[in-house]
Amino acid sequence: MLLQRFLVRLLTMLVTLFGVAIVVFVVIRVAPGDPIAMMLPPGASNDDIARLRALYGLDKSIVQQFFIWLGGVLHGDFGTSISLRQDVLGLVFNRLPATLELATVALLMAVAIGATAAILGARSRGTAVEAGIDIASGATLSIPDFLWGLVLILLFGVLIPVFDISGRVSPQLDLPFVTQFYLVESILRLRFDLTWDLLKHMLMPAVALALPLAAIIAQLLKQSLKEVLDLDYVVLARVKGFSETQVILREALKNAALPTLTLVGVQFTFLIGGTVIVERLFSYEGLGNMAIDAVINRDLPLIQGIVLVFALLFVLINLTVDMTYALLNPRLRHG
Amino acid sequence: MDEARVARRGLSPRLWLAGGWLLLALLAAIFAPLVAPQDPLAQDLMLERLPPFWLDGAEPGYWLGTDSLGRDLLSRLIFGGRIAFIVAFAAATSACVIGSALGLVAGYFGGWADRIISRIVDVWMAFPPVLFAILLVAVLGTGLSSVILAIAIIDWTRFCRVIRAEAMGQARMDYVESARIAGYGRIGIMLREVLPNVLPSVVALLSLEMGIAVIVEAILSFVNLSISTDDPTWGSIIAEGRLSIHQAWWVLVFPLITLILTVLSFSQFGEALKARFDPVLR
Repeated sequence: MLLQRFLVRLLTMLVTLFGVAIVVFVVIRVAPGDPIAMMLPPGASNDDIARLRALYGLDKSIVQQFFIWLGGVLHGDFGTSISLRQDVLGLVFNRLPATLELATVALLMAVAIGATAAILGARSRGTAVEAGIDIASGATLSIPDFLWGLVLILLFGVLIPVFDISGRVSPQLDLPFVTQFYLVESILRLRFDLTWDLLKHMLMPAVALALPLAAIIAQLLKQSLKEVLDLDYVVLARVKGFSETQVILREALKNAALPTLTLVGVQFTFLIGGTVIVERLFSYEGLGNMAIDAVINRDLPLIQGIVLVFALLFVLINLTVDMTYALLNPRLRHG
Repeated sequence: MDEARVARRGLSPRLWLAGGWLLLALLAAIFAPLVAPQDPLAQDLMLERLPPFWLDGAEPGYWLGTDSLGRDLLSRLIFGGRIAFIVAFAAATSACVIGSALGLVAGYFGGWADRIISRIVDVWMAFPPVLFAILLVAVLGTGLSSVILAIAIIDWTRFCRVIRAEAMGQARMDYVESARIAGYGRIGIMLREVLPNVLPSVVALLSLEMGIAVIVEAILSFVNLSISTDDPTWGSIIAEGRLSIHQAWWVLVFPLITLILTVLSFSQFGEALKARFDPVLR
């Protein structure tokens, strides 16, 4: 049952990725403006242009180009970036860890803030505290990450300049890292001075990404908690003498968390999508920031590679959430 | 039930504030040449980085101060509102029409139509939306119609997913069956019976989408990919403000407040409409 579900999902995922590959390929080829002409100095001969077009495979038909590219992708060859003249996959892997670290820290913050607000709201249901949480989460939800980022820049970059609002790490620091997972590596190497510097840079963009998701978690989890709190087994726990907070944490939370979990999965993909502009806002050297540069420079192979990696990330997250849900939900597990 | 009533009573003043702000901003945008105190494009290096009116060094007539080229901030915000509202209405309506039509067809007819449309939605959802928007505008070329088209191409899925689910539910209702027995054709039933019943959701989503469109336009302006660089837009003012944040904070603060108020107002409207039409809450 589970295996069958997994295989169906896997197949759908491959179809989706193939669709993304086609869409991005078609969109890019329709683009006016010759990337080759932009690479060469003015006065380059037509022969030079033709040679370069052949080198990047731009002299073939669009269908041929697509299958040549797809064949390469399946072998792990995403082509060569036109503006940076490096292997696309190498460039993407160089930047992806920065984006993954940022998104993960943002997700953890969203869960922490959202769950705290939900538990607080459910505990004091019917009071002014709950009404306050409702209004705050409603407003937080309506303001997108881009605007939160600007608000945070003003508050903690200018008004009270405690956090860094530009870059991933202070440029004067000497980094001993061998991977691009700076945050993870700094912790593993016990270089907490570097961890602190990285966090100081990461905190503001992460909060900007986390706030809208935290508001969604707060609303949905509070609703589920309130429903569960009226059930018999919870009433029984209350009769046994547990305090309301204990009842929520020990009994209600694990049964109320399932709907929230599914939603967090879908919303996590939106959060990762948000890194594109938030990284730009904070000059954070991740994949999204590189993607915007790639579009501005009309770097076709690089855009294709980045979009495909983002799409792969999205469908993998959806697959993971779906499978986790199936594993945790007793009705599906024994179905 | 109690809770819903409380929520609705609490919504009313907020709805008035939201409507008031949107009306004010819309009127200012429409009558921009009459309302704006200065020419939004006029540069004057003698007047660069003037602070807003309550601070020392402010000049009368430049209420919210000036940017690093000496252009009046209030006038630029008023004229920027024109672009914001045009994009909000045009892009949201286009996305709404495309998405609702496809959602209605997928949900009501089901079968192959549903399978194909749902696959396309899946593919669309696998794109990071901001990156998709930037890519489309780069491809279509900068300009007002490109921005509107890009937002419509990306955001129709928001309508499609919701309307599909609703139309699916409506298609199973008894009244649809009665209409069929009464001899109406399938397309007739879809347009005459199902469409009016999903319309409340469409209107609520439309209001939310207008807020989203304003933000997307601002993001595109921010990365310098919206309309031509001469005309002021809220996003381009924000981009300037981000650069001169340590010398002239007001160039960032005022467009930011304008954007936040506008987005909040659109979403309050959407929520209120949803609550008004939702039979469960009513």
